Amino acid sequence: MANVLVDEPIKNLDEPESWRRFFGFSTDHKVIGIQYIVTAFFFFLVGGLFAMVIRGELITPEADLVDRTVYNAMFTLHGTVMLFLWTFPVLAGLANYLVPLMIGARDMAFPRLNAVAFWMVPVFGVVLMGSFLAPGGPSQAGWWAYPPVSLQNPSGALINGQFLWLLAVALSGVSSIMGAVNIVTTIVRMRAPGMTFFRMPIFVWAVMSAQIIQLFGLPALTAGAVMLLFDLSLGTSFFDPIKGGDPILFQHFFWFYSHPAVYVIILPIFGIFSELLPVYSRKPLFGYKVVAISSLIIVALSAVVWVHHMFASGTPSWMRMLFMFSTMLISVPTGIKVFAWVATVWGGKIRLTSAMLFALGGLVMFVFAGITGIMLAAVPVDIHVNNTYFVVGHFHYVIYGATVMGVYAALYHWFPKMTGRMYNEGLGKLHFVLTFIGANLNFFPMHPLGLEGMPRRVASYDPEFAFWNVMASLGAFLLGMSTLPFILNMVGSWIQGEKAPDNPWRAIGIEWLVSSPPSHENFEVLPIVVAAPYGYGKSDLLVSNADALEVAHE
Amino acid sequence: MSSTELDSALEQPLSVETAHEHDEAGNSMFGFIIFLLSESVIFLSFFVGYIVYKTSAVDWLPLGVEGLDVREPAINTVVLVSSSFVIYAAERCLHVKNLWGFRAFWLLTMAMGSYFLYGQAVEWSGLEFGITDGLFGGTFYLLTGFHGLHVLTGVLLQLIMLGRSFLPGNYDGGEFGVAATSLFWHFVDVIWIMLFLLIYIWQ
Repeated sequence: MANVLVDEPIKNLDEPESWRRFFGFSTDHKVIGIQYIVTAFFFFLVGGLFAMVIRGELITPEADLVDRTVYNAMFTLHGTVMLFLWTFPVLAGLANYLVPLMIGARDMAFPRLNAVAFWMVPVFGVVLMGSFLAPGGPSQAGWWAYPPVSLQNPSGALINGQFLWLLAVALSGVSSIMGAVNIVTTIVRMRAPGMTFFRMPIFVWAVMSAQIIQLFGLPALTAGAVMLLFDLSLGTSFFDPIKGGDPILFQHFFWFYSHPAVYVIILPIFGIFSELLPVYSRKPLFGYKVVAISSLIIVALSAVVWVHHMFASGTPSWMRMLFMFSTMLISVPTGIKVFAWVATVWGGKIRLTSAMLFALGGLVMFVFAGITGIMLAAVPVDIHVNNTYFVVGHFHYVIYGATVMGVYAALYHWFPKMTGRMYNEGLGKLHFVLTFIGANLNFFPMHPLGLEGMPRRVASYDPEFAFWNVMASLGAFLLGMSTLPFILNMVGSWIQGEKAPDNPWRAIGIEWLVSSPPSHENFEVLPIVVAAPYGYGKSDLLVSNADALEVAHE
Repeated sequence: MSSTELDSALEQPLSVETAHEHDEAGNSMFGFIIFLLSESVIFLSFFVGYIVYKTSAVDWLPLGVEGLDVREPAINTVVLVSSSFVIYAAERCLHVKNLWGFRAFWLLTMAMGSYFLYGQAVEWSGLEFGITDGLFGGTFYLLTGFHGLHVLTGVLLQLIMLGRSFLPGNYDGGEFGVAATSLFWHFVDVIWIMLFLLIYIWQ
């Protein structure tokens, strides 16, 4: 398929000096990685804007800011954009950039497939945004698109908001499968000499585990989405209860993928925590092998927990018990990781850089999310808070508290490697403070709101919920502002930051042995790995030919 | 095949010499196999959906529909399943550098695949129910249509590989294209056997 590492006609685009390569069809995994990250961040701001509209509406109990149909479209697109256009692509970008460097490969296994997978992201982004122009406006069925709500088509048009939503999600699925095939093949078959599985950094383990979930989970959603599309456009009766269809079956298809999808998102974040905490604590990762294997255990368990989203969907009680049990089991491998990270930091020489602050902040918020997760796994609690803000709060602690914070941590940590410049530490810390306070102020109030019974996805609510909603909205606006120092820092530092050395954090890892930014081919000669990662405080060599790796600059 | 690929990848302590030359064809085959495994989950999901509907629907068959005729589809099945052996014969020919033997068997496979599609089209046009006729009509056309799309893809891939076999030096870089097309064909066959059992035999 793609047996070309350096494509002749586009070679000039791949010159490391040219900024234009970021705007073309480059096949360099590092360029594609940054393309993914920047595109995803743009959509993060778009999805954030939608969130601002939602929180602006909810700052008063009355529905007074936007039309209800606009409000419905806002929460639908907020969820869709944040998942399919921010978290998935940004993590694909980090994986793209880091995996080949970390395993000692010159590129991904299929460089051109990689570029195609990336360029589908702006395409389905445009399709989704284009649904604003569709008759009847964008989809209003929520990010999960449950029928029969998603089958309503008041405009009667064939090309409607829900149709475009399904098209965008389908394209996203194709792109993700391409990426997953590429990443798994790369990790299994492209490792440098001596890079055995148990010498791979945890980030690589985590990415591989996450992409295995994509491979077995995503097709189930695709199947459900095709059937939903047929119901919507051709008039079939798969999920339409009026015509004898079974709407619950869609929920099964949807959650069989969309619950594991949360692990697709969180596993790489676990990998980032596992990379950063040893560097900034100057200690080896505690329990490396167990942490590595626990990711695979999460993969296996992720396939048998999805019904916990459907405890209130007429699920028989034996099924509820079974899935409550399997869901709670997830906390075992996850708990192992948390203990390993705490043990890693324990007694270390901690450096509180922006990256470390975000990693620790993300860890704290993840533990909180884990506790509410166990509560939600319990059937009685879940029935009580089902479809309330408690679920929204839990989910946002995972997806913002742990995931976005983890992504920020990774971006700060690898910024010098990607750009060859140092970031501004002061702005980074300001960014952390705003984000940490903003996130907790925004998402904590959702828990009491949910316990008191405020349903999610409403534009107006009982005045007794006003206090916590005002708090949440203020937190949301603070989060919106928190992106400003980050953007300023990233753009400003990339243009005129201090030049970064090869290894500014004195980190141990193959990516830190090459120049910042790495050359087009990554390595002059492939590294020969002789040790396990995270040898902090030890004097072991990581690779036997470290001096030969870096490409000499003329 | 995939498990041996994986095993060798796991057990081989990548030697310095081999790792410098990454095995592009091997990568492509590995990637293709995991793609097919992933693709099979779509079919699996449709099958599960079919079983759920068939066992739980109140009105399974649309009004006036008695069931499906098995005779013609059975002939179709025999043709498609035998084509898997024909394509294997083609692969063996290529392996021993018998290029014309390869083309002959390859063309026969394409003919058998095309016959299957033709038979499917004839069957569809003779049915008295459509895709909107209840869960039975919906799942029937969804499953046979999605599978038919795969057969069509397979035949088109075979056409490309047949054309490529006339390019000088086409097999210098290995026979990945032919091997992948052939694997895809076996995949399509196995899916059909399950589909045939589910839809036509289990009525």
